[in-house]
Amino acid sequence: MDHLLELDGLSVSYRTADGPLPAVRGVDLVVDAGEVVGIAGESGCGKSTLASTVLRLQPKDAVVEGEVLVAGRDVLTMGWGDLRALRWAEASIVFQGALHSLNPVRRIETQIAEPIQLHEPGLSTAEVTARVGELLEQVGIPAARSRVYPHQLSGGQRQRVMIAMALACRPQLIVADEPTTALDVMVQAQILDLISGLVKDLGVGMLIISHDLSVLSDVCDRVAVMYAGRVVECGSAEQVFRAPAHPYAKALAQAFPRVGDPAARYAPAGLAGDPPDPHAPPPGCTFEPRCTLAVDACREAEPPLLDIGGRQSACIRVGAA
Amino acid sequence: MTTLAAAAGTEAAPEPAEASGPRRSFGRYLAGKVLGALGSLLFVLVVNFFLFRVLPGDPARSLTRGRVVSKEQMDAFREQYGLDQPLAQQFLTYLKNTAQGDLGVSIRYNVPVSELIVDRMWPTIALVGVSTLLATVIGVYLGMVSAWRRGGGFDRFSTGITLTLYSMPEWWLGLLLIAGLSVGFGPLPGIFPTGGLNSIDADPSSLSGMLDSAWHLTLPVITLTLAYLAEYSLIMRSSLLDELGENYLTTARAKGLRDVEVRRRHAVPNALLPTTTLAALNIGFVVSGAITIETIFSIPGLGLLSYEALSIPDYDVLQGTFLLASGAVIVANLVANLIYGVLDPRVRT
Repeated sequence: MDHLLELDGLSVSYRTADGPLPAVRGVDLVVDAGEVVGIAGESGCGKSTLASTVLRLQPKDAVVEGEVLVAGRDVLTMGWGDLRALRWAEASIVFQGALHSLNPVRRIETQIAEPIQLHEPGLSTAEVTARVGELLEQVGIPAARSRVYPHQLSGGQRQRVMIAMALACRPQLIVADEPTTALDVMVQAQILDLISGLVKDLGVGMLIISHDLSVLSDVCDRVAVMYAGRVVECGSAEQVFRAPAHPYAKALAQAFPRVGDPAARYAPAGLAGDPPDPHAPPPGCTFEPRCTLAVDACREAEPPLLDIGGRQSACIRVGAA
Repeated sequence: MTTLAAAAGTEAAPEPAEASGPRRSFGRYLAGKVLGALGSLLFVLVVNFFLFRVLPGDPARSLTRGRVVSKEQMDAFREQYGLDQPLAQQFLTYLKNTAQGDLGVSIRYNVPVSELIVDRMWPTIALVGVSTLLATVIGVYLGMVSAWRRGGGFDRFSTGITLTLYSMPEWWLGLLLIAGLSVGFGPLPGIFPTGGLNSIDADPSSLSGMLDSAWHLTLPVITLTLAYLAEYSLIMRSSLLDELGENYLTTARAKGLRDVEVRRRHAVPNALLPTTTLAALNIGFVVSGAITIETIFSIPGLGLLSYEALSIPDYDVLQGTFLLASGAVIVANLVANLIYGVLDPRVRT
């Protein structure tokens, strides 16, 4: 049985004037049906680049190595015709910033109908219209609003439209790239509810990208934390959020104080320093310069991702603090 | 799913009401633009009237062309043209006559200005209309291909040529073309006629006469097309480049559309918006004529009419052509706004 999505040794680097700039370095990840997998990490850690490779949408100057298997077929090497047939029909994307990801001068019904007409050309106009209405109702927008333009909707409603659009061709896999980033906390909670409900109802698999670990802990079964292009911690959402092992995962978890937890509230947790310059990474562990637990051994080699009690962590100091 | 619907309900509640619907908001948009256009038209009428009253020179005296006339004759002239009336009275008369289509009488040709304008309109419409159309189509195409192949050989060539044409005065380009293609260059004979709209022996109403007119218009049309197309090409290029960076094109590609379809369905229509406005606005300048080009090619159009009227000065003709030109620009502006309102829903709200 093939996984819905399997990333196998995925590496992406960008061609720049200063030589190749690695964005993703050797990521292995699996998403199965009915499962929500989160990728967390700060800006520039490579998580959006990773998301873009699932449908081979990475920028032209990106060099990709490894395998991206969607339902067992490698997206990176298949022909353009096969790729176009796979896009949206088998895997779709909820982009961040729905205002810019929707065409501003087309009605939302036209935009939702577009992939349906493309992938199921046999459907009549009436059938397509009916499907668009159902999809909108499914995300909590009255079907009567289908003739509005994106600018006539609020940010939350636009994101709902993006989600309806992602469901249009009934894909097995949905990639959500920062689906709630531009939204206020209340609307964010509603969108996350909607996403969890849909995954449960439709049994699809979902890969959700966010810088906000608390968002991921709400909806994900498993979470992978990325740092400088690598997965440094991977486990169940509960493990990663409540009891992170890797020092970076810890810092990330503490950056979002939990409501009702006085300890988190009175311990202002930030992380000093900046991510490493990808052109000149530190010799050993990429997190070592910012790590409070670093020892000499950390500067010698990049630690591999190791199984530690039902999860994986890329730190030789796990358990030391 | 009921909880989801309820959640959506609470989210929708605090939003500004947008229930007015697209139709009503478009009606309001339309009414606003038409009112604005009427206001501009009135303003143009006022300026047009008073501009010619504050100009130095006495219309009655210029009528006599420097000949010795008696005071009685001058008074008769003044009475005939209503110049003895108070200014306010003259203005009201002007408004009334203009509303009835009476634009006065040309002192040079001694025919009503409205007849003169209708007579001279066709060469201008043919010349400027065809040039604008050609320039739009060719310019948009050049700009489109340049943007797709940004930085490539075609882009650099096309942008270089169009920038050169853009910076060239159109009359100078016209003179170069006359020198090269009409007069002949060195041993090369001239191909095109040097000016005018008809050959001396041609009957303008016959088919061969019309073909002859078209032949006479070819070089001026080429000149104007070259002069205009740069603007379209450069604007289309930059607006398409803007669109090509937009995220919704990534969405379109993610949906499985071919690159060609992504451009044709999403990028190009959106990039055409600024070009559409430009084209609609330029249509307004069709009737004002290309004064310099009509003059150097001796095309008897509205531009040449204005130019000649200015040298006499033939006040009623000038007033008429000015009014027509400003009115056309106002109407074109209105049309541009309406087209934009139809094409881009964002401007309606």
